[in-house]
Amino acid sequence: MVQLDAIQKRLIEEIADLHSVPSGAYNFRANGQLAGRNTTANIDITSKENGSGIDIRIKPGTKNESVHIPVVLSASGLKETVYNDFYIGEDADVVIVAGCGIDNCGSQDSEHDGVHRFFVGKNAKVRYVEKHYGSGDGKGQRILNPVTEAYLEEGSSMEMEMEQIKGVDSTERTTRCELKAGAKLVVKERLMTHGTQNAVSGYQVDLNGEGATADVVSRSVARDSSSQTFNARITGNAPCSGHTECDSIIMDEGRILAIPSLEANNVDAMLVHEAAIGKIAGDQLTKLMTLGLTEQEAEEQIINGFLR
Amino acid sequence: MLEIKDLSFAVSEEAKEKEIIHHLDLTIENGKFVVITGPNGSGKSTLARLIMGIEKPLSGQILLDGEDITALSVTERAKRGVSFAFQQPVRFKGIRVHDLLRLASGKNLSVSTACAYLSEVGLCARDYIDREINSSLSGGELKRIEIATLLARHTKLSVFDEPEAGIDLWSFQNLIRIFEKMRSEIQDSSIVIISHQERILQIADEIVVLADGRITKQGSPDEILPELIGQTAPVSICQRLQ
Repeated sequence: MVQLDAIQKRLIEEIADLHSVPSGAYNFRANGQLAGRNTTANIDITSKENGSGIDIRIKPGTKNESVHIPVVLSASGLKETVYNDFYIGEDADVVIVAGCGIDNCGSQDSEHDGVHRFFVGKNAKVRYVEKHYGSGDGKGQRILNPVTEAYLEEGSSMEMEMEQIKGVDSTERTTRCELKAGAKLVVKERLMTHGTQNAVSGYQVDLNGEGATADVVSRSVARDSSSQTFNARITGNAPCSGHTECDSIIMDEGRILAIPSLEANNVDAMLVHEAAIGKIAGDQLTKLMTLGLTEQEAEEQIINGFLR
Repeated sequence: MLEIKDLSFAVSEEAKEKEIIHHLDLTIENGKFVVITGPNGSGKSTLARLIMGIEKPLSGQILLDGEDITALSVTERAKRGVSFAFQQPVRFKGIRVHDLLRLASGKNLSVSTACAYLSEVGLCARDYIDREINSSLSGGELKRIEIATLLARHTKLSVFDEPEAGIDLWSFQNLIRIFEKMRSEIQDSSIVIISHQERILQIADEIVVLADGRITKQGSPDEILPELIGQTAPVSICQRLQ
């Protein structure tokens, strides 16, 4: 791995499943500095002139290529806001892996706020994977406030997988998407909070063109005395279909507020929302215990499956 | 061998103790296929849950191969070789059929072995192995997957609580075939089925009739069935549908 220490390498493994330098385009950022970059014939990465972030440009028709842009923070007290813009050319089909890992062993708060904007060209397909992870036993908080904006042109599609399973003390996620005719958005959010963590996740999806579809599904687990707020709004401004679902397991002293909402401004907009909060069912635990698992092992299996 | 000695169980109802099982004695030998039947409310399912340890008895003993398992938890009984198929199988969001079979077998189960268990219960393995055990599965499918988890466990005692409940006629024919096969391969293990169904009673080595938490009759199908036919339980499928 490029100029990274052991902690940073571990963080990269957690957030991007990377054990070595990936093939394809990448941009590594460690403690606020560029730690490595690679571009390809089809994917260009350049730093913004004002130094606030990077631009990723993917040529039209690029197929089966990937971009990795992991960020790691291992110094206590570091706060940064980064603006990354992705321009995905028409008919491209790519995978983008982002993510941030914070290790804070110090007493000062560490914070990374990534603002990602996606401009998805006509008929392009994007799979976007974002993982957040925190570690370190310092008193300083690990804070992540990501903003994701996606603008989908006609016939394009975007699949977002957002995962935050461990160690982030405070997070406020904001996701805004605008879809033109025939565009398709699928969001899979997985969230687990523990200790005294607080997580807020908000979505605003505007379906502006005929045949646009959105499916926003969040599954979360709130343990210990952590709290979560899920706020998803889908607006249908054309003949379109949208579905949002928030499904949560509540444990211990956890608290969860789910506010799915829908707005239809067209008679042919078909919008559905679902929300469910509940503890792990006793018969689920019993069933797995009849297979020889202890109660704790059963609980882990149920949560792992739920957050898959 | 399973031995139940002087077993009693009660529930609290309006601040009173209501006894569901009364001083029950029952021995299930190895290599036997035993069906416990009786009217609704006779305590059949409660007895099955007591064997698995899901319910705790008021008094009495349960012995598995001579070991007193009365005080053991569900997990410990499972590890000693007791399996249990639920009357209403549990659904899990996110857990796949392959995961459940892997957990049941207690080892890293290959796809081909997992598929073999599914085929045995009449499910096209390729269509089911990666399915989530959620509400997209029908009652009959869930029931068959539940039975497949018991096949994957290969334990010395398998208890099925009303396997026919909630499944359609077509699935029921398959269910009988599965039990006939299990019976032919029983060897040293034993199978206990809680059932109302005549077809299941017919393939039993022994039928135990329960009423009001007590055993009222016990014997081979030839001895017991003629007496039972025409009573409220068991009844044939056709009779139940009338």
